[in-house]
Amino acid sequence: MLARVLLAAVAAAGLWVMPAGAAELSPLLVIHDRQFEPNALAFPAGVRIKLLVRNLDSMPAEFESYDMSREVVVPGHGEVTIYIGPLEPGSYEFFNDFNHEMRGSVVVKPDDAKGK
Amino acid sequence: MLATAIIMFREVLEAALIIAIVLGASRGIAGRGRWIAGGIALGLSGASFVAILANVASTTFSGNGQAILNAVILLGAVAMLTWHNVWMSTHGRQMSAAISAVGSEVQDGSRPLAALLVVTTAAVMREGSEAVLFLWAIAAGGEHGTSMVLGGLGGVVVGVLVGLLLYLGLLRIPARHFFSVTSWLILLLAAGLAAQAAGFLNQAGLLPALGYGVWNTSHILSQHSIAGQLLHVLVGYIARPSGIEVVFYVGTLLTILTLMRTRGGRTMAPAKLPGQPVGPGV
Repeated sequence: MLARVLLAAVAAAGLWVMPAGAAELSPLLVIHDRQFEPNALAFPAGVRIKLLVRNLDSMPAEFESYDMSREVVVPGHGEVTIYIGPLEPGSYEFFNDFNHEMRGSVVVKPDDAKGK
Repeated sequence: MLATAIIMFREVLEAALIIAIVLGASRGIAGRGRWIAGGIALGLSGASFVAILANVASTTFSGNGQAILNAVILLGAVAMLTWHNVWMSTHGRQMSAAISAVGSEVQDGSRPLAALLVVTTAAVMREGSEAVLFLWAIAAGGEHGTSMVLGGLGGVVVGVLVGLLLYLGLLRIPARHFFSVTSWLILLLAAGLAAQAAGFLNQAGLLPALGYGVWNTSHILSQHSIAGQLLHVLVGYIARPSGIEVVFYVGTLLTILTLMRTRGGRTMAPAKLPGQPVGPGV
């Protein structure tokens, strides 16, 4: 009984972390010469994204997004993994909180596979 | 130089505003100065420690580690602000009397001094670790290091001054309204911090987002604007909140209000609404 409840809880938690059927994408976002490369990322809707942010500059950066409520410090010459989504179709801006000139966006297109 | 000043100003502003509100709300509590100063010192040590951790162990202490630490710090602050407000709702009248009589202070044994310590520590540690990491990097960055560090310190000074202005502004509120205003400020502050914590818990994959962008008011009041940033710190304004952030905000607001009503007296008159201008003789 207890085991079944626990199992259900774990399954529910798993649903949050990885919705059924959602593939995981792991793109790379590079910070180089005070630019995000690429500065526009495109993804299908409903997919969980494992974004690897690699900072080639010596200055630390702070990957921040008001739209996706993300805020992660990326040390100079360091890298971090940031989980995003699954997102609904739309455009989501992100920026470097240590340099607001540095901006980029995530564009999420409707999921064609589901025939929407 | 100016760029680093602006960045440091932004990092310091949140802590400065929170400390100003806490200083105001704890007016008339004996010993508060020492505890708040202790909180600032502790926060700075904690911030330096976290900055070193982020730099040395960047892979292990990557995205999720930062997010969970931030969430814990923020929730700690929310709990302490709750305690403070509930305590205030039972001692408010005594406190009002204390600040009317200059120099007298509340000596009650259960003063929420530890709450002041934890809230200040949390406020300083939260943005402080980013500030330390940033300053450290520019200091180590070679030729322009010195002038940039000076710029950064200038930003810190301006941030502290803004906090001081808020505090002095609070002190001008007449004694009989004073604690109802600071109680509302603390209430909204706590709700906003709880919403931020929800964002971090979602970032760490521990909570569902429940939808990104329950509403979007970026075009009316952008969070990049100064007004947007001030409101974000003071009342938890989020231009495009996720569902879980809204749930935490409302949940915290209702929880604290309920605790104040059931445990406390009548410091916060029901007629006073949030967003009511802070001023004399309402």
